[in-house]
Amino acid sequence: MHEVLKMVAQRLALGALTLFVVSIVIFGATELLPGDLASAILGQSATPETLAAMRAQLGLNDPAPVRYWAWLTGALQGDFGVSLATRRPIADMIEQRLGNTLFLALYAAALAVPLALVLGVLAALWRNSIFDRVANAGALSAISFPEFFVAYILVLWLAQSGYFPSMVRISPTSSLADKLYMSFLPALTLTLVVTAHMMRMTRAAIINLMASPYIEMARLKGASPLRIVLRHALPNALAPIINVIALNLAYLITGVVVVEVVFVYPGLGQLMVDSVAKRDIAVVQAIALIFASAYVLLNLTADVLSTLTNPRLMKRG
Amino acid sequence: MTDTPLLSIRDLYIEGRAGEAWLPIIKGVDLTLHRGEVLGLIGESGAGKSTLGLAAMGYARDGCRISGGEIIFDGIDLRRASERAKRKLRGQRIAYVAQSAAASFNPAHKLIDQYAEAPLFHDVMTRAQAQSDAVKLYDKMRLPNPAEIGFRYPHQVSGGQLQRAMTAMAMACRPDLIIFDEPTTALDVTTQIEVLAAIRDIVRQFDTSAIYITHDLAVVAQMADRIKILLRGEQVEEADTRTMLAAPREAYTKSLWAVRSFARAQQPAATQAPIVSVQGVTAAYGKTTVLHDISFDIHAGRTVAVVGESGSGKSTTARVITGLLPPAAGEVLLDGKALPPDYRARSRAQLRQCQMIYQMADTALNPKLPLREIIGRPAEMYLGLKGRALRDRVRALLDMIELEPDAYIDRLPGELSGGQKQRIGIARALAADPRLIICDEVTSALDQIVQEGILRLLDKLQGEFRLAYMFITHDLATVRAIADDVVVMQHGAIVEQGTKAQMFAPPHAPYTELLLSSVPEMDPDWLSNLLAARQSPN
Amino acid sequence: MSLPVFLILFLISSFALAFVFRAGLSRALPHNQAIIARDMPLTAAFGIMVIAVYLFVAIFAPLLAPFAEREVVGSQFQPWGGAHPLGTDRLGRDMLSRLIYGARNTVGIAFATTALAFVVGAFLGIWAALRGGWLDQVLSRFVDALMAIPSLIFSLLLLTIFGTSVLTLILVIAAVDATRVYRISRSVAQGIVVMDYIEAARLRGEGTWYLIRHEILPNALAPLVAEFGLRFCFVFLTISSLSFLGLGIKPPMADWGSMVRDNATLITFGDITPLLPAGAIALLTVAVNFVVDWQLHRASGLKE
Repeated sequence: MHEVLKMVAQRLALGALTLFVVSIVIFGATELLPGDLASAILGQSATPETLAAMRAQLGLNDPAPVRYWAWLTGALQGDFGVSLATRRPIADMIEQRLGNTLFLALYAAALAVPLALVLGVLAALWRNSIFDRVANAGALSAISFPEFFVAYILVLWLAQSGYFPSMVRISPTSSLADKLYMSFLPALTLTLVVTAHMMRMTRAAIINLMASPYIEMARLKGASPLRIVLRHALPNALAPIINVIALNLAYLITGVVVVEVVFVYPGLGQLMVDSVAKRDIAVVQAIALIFASAYVLLNLTADVLSTLTNPRLMKRG
Repeated sequence: MTDTPLLSIRDLYIEGRAGEAWLPIIKGVDLTLHRGEVLGLIGESGAGKSTLGLAAMGYARDGCRISGGEIIFDGIDLRRASERAKRKLRGQRIAYVAQSAAASFNPAHKLIDQYAEAPLFHDVMTRAQAQSDAVKLYDKMRLPNPAEIGFRYPHQVSGGQLQRAMTAMAMACRPDLIIFDEPTTALDVTTQIEVLAAIRDIVRQFDTSAIYITHDLAVVAQMADRIKILLRGEQVEEADTRTMLAAPREAYTKSLWAVRSFARAQQPAATQAPIVSVQGVTAAYGKTTVLHDISFDIHAGRTVAVVGESGSGKSTTARVITGLLPPAAGEVLLDGKALPPDYRARSRAQLRQCQMIYQMADTALNPKLPLREIIGRPAEMYLGLKGRALRDRVRALLDMIELEPDAYIDRLPGELSGGQKQRIGIARALAADPRLIICDEVTSALDQIVQEGILRLLDKLQGEFRLAYMFITHDLATVRAIADDVVVMQHGAIVEQGTKAQMFAPPHAPYTELLLSSVPEMDPDWLSNLLAARQSPN
Repeated sequence: MSLPVFLILFLISSFALAFVFRAGLSRALPHNQAIIARDMPLTAAFGIMVIAVYLFVAIFAPLLAPFAEREVVGSQFQPWGGAHPLGTDRLGRDMLSRLIYGARNTVGIAFATTALAFVVGAFLGIWAALRGGWLDQVLSRFVDALMAIPSLIFSLLLLTIFGTSVLTLILVIAAVDATRVYRISRSVAQGIVVMDYIEAARLRGEGTWYLIRHEILPNALAPLVAEFGLRFCFVFLTISSLSFLGLGIKPPMADWGSMVRDNATLITFGDITPLLPAGAIALLTVAVNFVVDWQLHRASGLKE
């Protein structure tokens, strides 16, 4: 047990280090800016006086490490500074939208994870059957579709006929049922795309597992198919399946950006796209940091969980 | 013995899928096994031994199918029986012991739970009964700490112990028949003895019938009452063990026996200074020291065999000589002058002198290069040959290794058999015009007849070019056949060294003694005699 | 025509076409290739057929398109039919012509980006695997750090900084993607580097360049080509998504992603025209994926 705790601690430390490095990369990227932030904001119209004033206002006269430290400590306390375009505190802009995006991602995950696992396991167990082939070709196609294609097909099919709204209007006061109904189409779009990925990976993981000699041994002991799956395959399948799920939930983070734009969903992704168009770098940095942290934390969770479920590591002397 | 056999297989055909087509693996084999009898199934790789063994359980692997014939086990027709009926037999009346116990135990469960599994779901015992029974059988299999070893997980137990635990597990329901599929192939010789002895005792004690699958004649001679020989899915010959050993009938069977007859002529004692001299070498991977103060010489025209079990440091010694692993202390001399420890610091002239031939010809030849380039490159690099001269050299080399130049020069390694690939490895080494060739287990991945051809070829080339060989092997039969000098290694140190005559005549160092006595011999009484001899002094 | 009916008709006709295409291919090719063609699954035949059509359209775009790429030729949002078989767009440009030019622009840019990412990523990956030691450590840790940020998010960040021209788009996406290519090339090369034939070549005294060219590349080619297909799909989808978001290729250049964005309003009126460029993207990605899937399957089958 002691050794496992040590391994988990190692993973956590590595995760913290990764987060730190990621924050440096995101902050450091602005240092690549031709000229500097002030000239980028003011553009052609800048006079030396306005530039100097802007630099002072942005604190650009301090050296980079000082500015980085101020930015990072602020971010850790929920203060991301002010938007360059609107002058509003970024934290205020983000707060509401972060909740909305999380809601959408969880909604999609709740639909996609069970669906993908069931389909993936069935396809693996009925390998080379008609079901397997159709599911595979379907999944391959779904992976190949751009998210907005899937989204518009659903709009054409389910929104045109009036079943579901194609624009999401939710506010903090909406009831849960209302929210679920309003966000059904974006959630379904994400589900379709993510399920395809997750199903294929689950299938591959199970097939790999079922080819192990110890599964053959169980068959030769006369174990029933159900027993083989539950007792012999499942305990060893947890680690790969956890990895598959984490990888795909992480994928939701990027998927959410396009889908939010299509459905005019008031989330972080849409805000990010708007800010990129306006070149509002402070907001983009803040959102990038949030998305990247979520991504790192997901992978870290998967790493720790699969360490904890690996029998070879868990069950030492 | 009753008249009806326990297992009777008639005219069996099994096919394996190759793309869209089905190719035959077993082509009309008959097999009869009586109660209490052990049948040895012998054949080279690809002969269909395992497939036939599994068919005795009515089982075909994924991608295989039983396409004809009948399998009757104790009056039950396994080809017509339902899956449910076959499941009732498997584990309870017919059990299986796999080649790799490490891979065949489920890593998620304790050994004793895996032992108890079959008795429980076949309703033969309660959990408590099964567990106490397991301890008894572990004891019979001479596992250390039988009361506790079952509560470990597979990765906490050594390979030889796992193999015995698996045999105990197969015995759990006291089956009528056990299929042993190469149970000792992955083990070292000294470990093999213990497993063989334990398996034989337990099979005799419970009067269990068994099919014992192996490619090793000497092993099967100890285990089986009767031997059946397979070749490419067809039966060659069958007889009881003593008859088979004394008087094999078929040409193929005789050729299997004949392998052991090759021995090269005695060489005169070394008079000149050695080509390569290893002096006081100590080497480590990171903090683990793997070689302790190794010293020996290699002379022109002579073969030094370096013998030891896995982990003894024999391959590491080769890595030090070639410069892949610079030693922590000591040095390697070439013609009396110290070689730079790292190969990257050696000159081309130095690199050329010492060439290497590998165990796995499959990974030793680049599969995407034609033989012309594989063999030609060293000649081009070291001897500066180009164009016509280079082509002639490659053709001459192919001639030397007894492959027809016109037919082979443009082929890829994938189009060759295992033995032919190994010959190309030899040609590549020769192309550099070296003085020392290091042969790392060059015959151990090959079937026995092919081994013999390779050994004869190496012998011929040595005579022609006065080559020095360093021959790394775990197989004492090979040592007997080709060595002039022998170095015995254990745990990274030299236990004993000398000429072959000295090594094979007593007195031996204790480890050499153990090693020598552990190599199975063709005599069916060898194992019994050995065990008796090892018991008596204590 | 309702969507399910359309889908079923589309599936049936594409299967029929693929069947005919495969039969034609196995006639036209020399014997040993004909066998491969005959044994390939219909999905792969369909994929090759689609890729061939796209290539043809991309190369001969100016000859095939009835109007110029950027010319306003009528009133806005004209319905299908007459001189404009697929109607006109928001500014009155011919939809069909822009679709045809889009094959050139969108596919061309995605291909150039993938190729760039591959040249950089594969070289560094193989080099790191071969050299090992500190070079490998430094490069790999650096790539790990970059890969800890989701690729779309990282691309958006870089595009904010460098602005959104076609050239920066290519460079940014290639840079982000090169990290993924590095990772896979390194692991492929690592599998090869441990082989005895590499050890033999090293002991012979071969240099780095010979090892990469003669010993590693020929053996890494098959997996890398399959990876190229997958990466192309990924890059193609990313660029299309960015264009759709208004951050990638911009009008007046004809591009499928931005065409969807430009004409998206039509969807709310039940007009499927904006789905055509989206479908064009989807079809090519499906086609490439089908071919890659077949190749991977073949490679794994050959090993057994």
